[in-house]
Amino acid sequence: MGRTLAEKVWDAHVVRRAEGEPDLLYIDLHLVHEVTSPQAFEALRLAGRPVRRPDLTVATEDHNVPTTNTLAPIADPVSAAQVEALRKNCAEFGVKLFPMNDPGQGIVHVVGPQLGLSQPGMTIVCGDSHTSTHGAFGALAFGIGTSQVEHVLATQTLPQRRPRTMAVTVEGDLPVGVTAKDLILAIIARIGTGGGAGHIIEYRGAAIRGLSMEGRMTVCNMSIEAGARAGMIAPDDTTFEYLAGRERVATGPAWDEAVAYWRTLASDPDAEFDHEVVIDAASLTPYVTWGTNPGQAAPLGSLVPTPSDYANPAAQASAERALAYMGLTAGTPLTEVAVDTVFIGSCTNGRLSDLRAAADVLRGRQVAGDVRVLVVPGSMQVKAQAEAEGLDQVFEAAGAQWRSAGCSMCLGMNPDTLSPGERSASTSNRNFEGRQGQGGRTHLVSPQVAAATAITGRLTAPADL
Amino acid sequence: MEAFTIHTGRAVPLRRSDVDTDQIIPSDWLKRIERTGFGAGLFSQWRTDESFVLNNPAYAGASILLAGPDFGTGSSREHAVWALQDYGFRAVISARFADIFRGNALGNGLLPVQLPAETVESLQSAVEQDPTVEITVDLDAREVRGAGVAAAFELDDFTRWRLMEGLDDVGLTLRHEEMITGFEGARPGWLPTTV
Repeated sequence: MGRTLAEKVWDAHVVRRAEGEPDLLYIDLHLVHEVTSPQAFEALRLAGRPVRRPDLTVATEDHNVPTTNTLAPIADPVSAAQVEALRKNCAEFGVKLFPMNDPGQGIVHVVGPQLGLSQPGMTIVCGDSHTSTHGAFGALAFGIGTSQVEHVLATQTLPQRRPRTMAVTVEGDLPVGVTAKDLILAIIARIGTGGGAGHIIEYRGAAIRGLSMEGRMTVCNMSIEAGARAGMIAPDDTTFEYLAGRERVATGPAWDEAVAYWRTLASDPDAEFDHEVVIDAASLTPYVTWGTNPGQAAPLGSLVPTPSDYANPAAQASAERALAYMGLTAGTPLTEVAVDTVFIGSCTNGRLSDLRAAADVLRGRQVAGDVRVLVVPGSMQVKAQAEAEGLDQVFEAAGAQWRSAGCSMCLGMNPDTLSPGERSASTSNRNFEGRQGQGGRTHLVSPQVAAATAITGRLTAPADL
Repeated sequence: MEAFTIHTGRAVPLRRSDVDTDQIIPSDWLKRIERTGFGAGLFSQWRTDESFVLNNPAYAGASILLAGPDFGTGSSREHAVWALQDYGFRAVISARFADIFRGNALGNGLLPVQLPAETVESLQSAVEQDPTVEITVDLDAREVRGAGVAAAFELDDFTRWRLMEGLDDVGLTLRHEEMITGFEGARPGWLPTTV
């Protein structure tokens, strides 16, 4: 029987396999940031262990960093101490670090791909659940906890049991105005927040093949929101074109050798998946979330759902609780929901194409009344590229704030937060209670819908402007 | 890691599904660089509500959490496990756990016990009726007993052994260091490095 993409990458990284035990997998790339690493480095220090492969490890400062006034010291002493701990740990253990204000700094899942470090067929881990992003390259990439960060730092391996496989096939073409973000929100709404639990998802089909690398990253990024261990897309010419010439990618005969291998990584025609889901791309429209988990999403053109419509009592209770938290009334058109803040950024939608898409909507228009709009590039490199194209001027002319790179309001560990009761349209990945600030209410949207929402002050698709 | 063999204690019913790790330990708490002291942050947003179950004095000192399905979704933060342990929990029982949370729990000796939803619900009802009921989580026998329930749960032999011995993974893996070195010698030259 043939093997799936996930199985091929898995099998190529098994250092040790023993009956009844987890496979010991080799890790090709370990991405590190300040939040989930300090206790891991401390454990190494206490045990007197080095980082086994600093040359396969790279760190960046992203979760805590302010996005304004970045040349000043970090005002929050606890955040400052955590960033300082990362600097000290990287210096002591010989790990390459991209600190604040460095041209290479940015969100860890933007930095890896832009350097060309995320490549097909690799195993990539990070103490961050959105590591699934790198699966867009046909890598097996997944988030880990701090004890596992310590394990990878010490051994460059990880004991893992092989997850099951799930194919999500998106047939047909996405209609005009429907983005990768709408697609992944629709997939999560369909399979649920636990639908991918214990599985690696492979996204397939014409609509996936038609996505750019940045769109594929948006889709794979939110695999974790469907509960999946990882999300993957088989590498193809789109992948190779994106990689060619990047700083950390092989050249000459080594490149040819790499591409020849990468072309073998598609799932075999007779490979069997444990589960299969088929989505009709043509049926999709812009999606937004209305509740407090990413599965609570609906077409923007629909109504806030009525909890009693759910057959499952747990889903009903969850919807009731979500509507109460979100301050929404069942039956309200989603396009009538007014927002206070718009956040454009994050590892889901903070790349150059996302900023271009938002700028295209905002160009020559004005942000509504007192809506606060934050545009936060995913990395300093994205920031520089956007400024070279004049996107910063488009945003500022429209009345949006143009910021520096970081995770920012996706999770509000820096000063960019929602106040209690404040409502946002956000291009990030989680609408959990209090995610963007205690009492804050989050609607997940695409960059295009975020920009259109900024103009009208209520959830809006660009087509309705 | 503290070994886990058998634990008997009182339990708290948390009747909510999709409890994400942002709720278990909000991100404000993630700025700390220590491994201890997270108990005060456990469910800190929900604990501001007086009616939240952890604020009920009848459940003070409970050491088993009876959670709804899909517990521990979202962020990979291991701080969620540290917070549950620091608060005093030794085991969480749910119909389904998020993968990363489950891995983190097993790595720290907090036992994630997966039981059918109806079994979890009957345990929740029992401790709602009588908060003094004690429940036993027996890893040796792979069984939960108490409140009129005796339910077997699954956990593979290797993981069970590791938990019962209290062994940490790094030490186990380093026994195979020669194999790691051998693997490294065969990696293709085109793979990227960071420096």
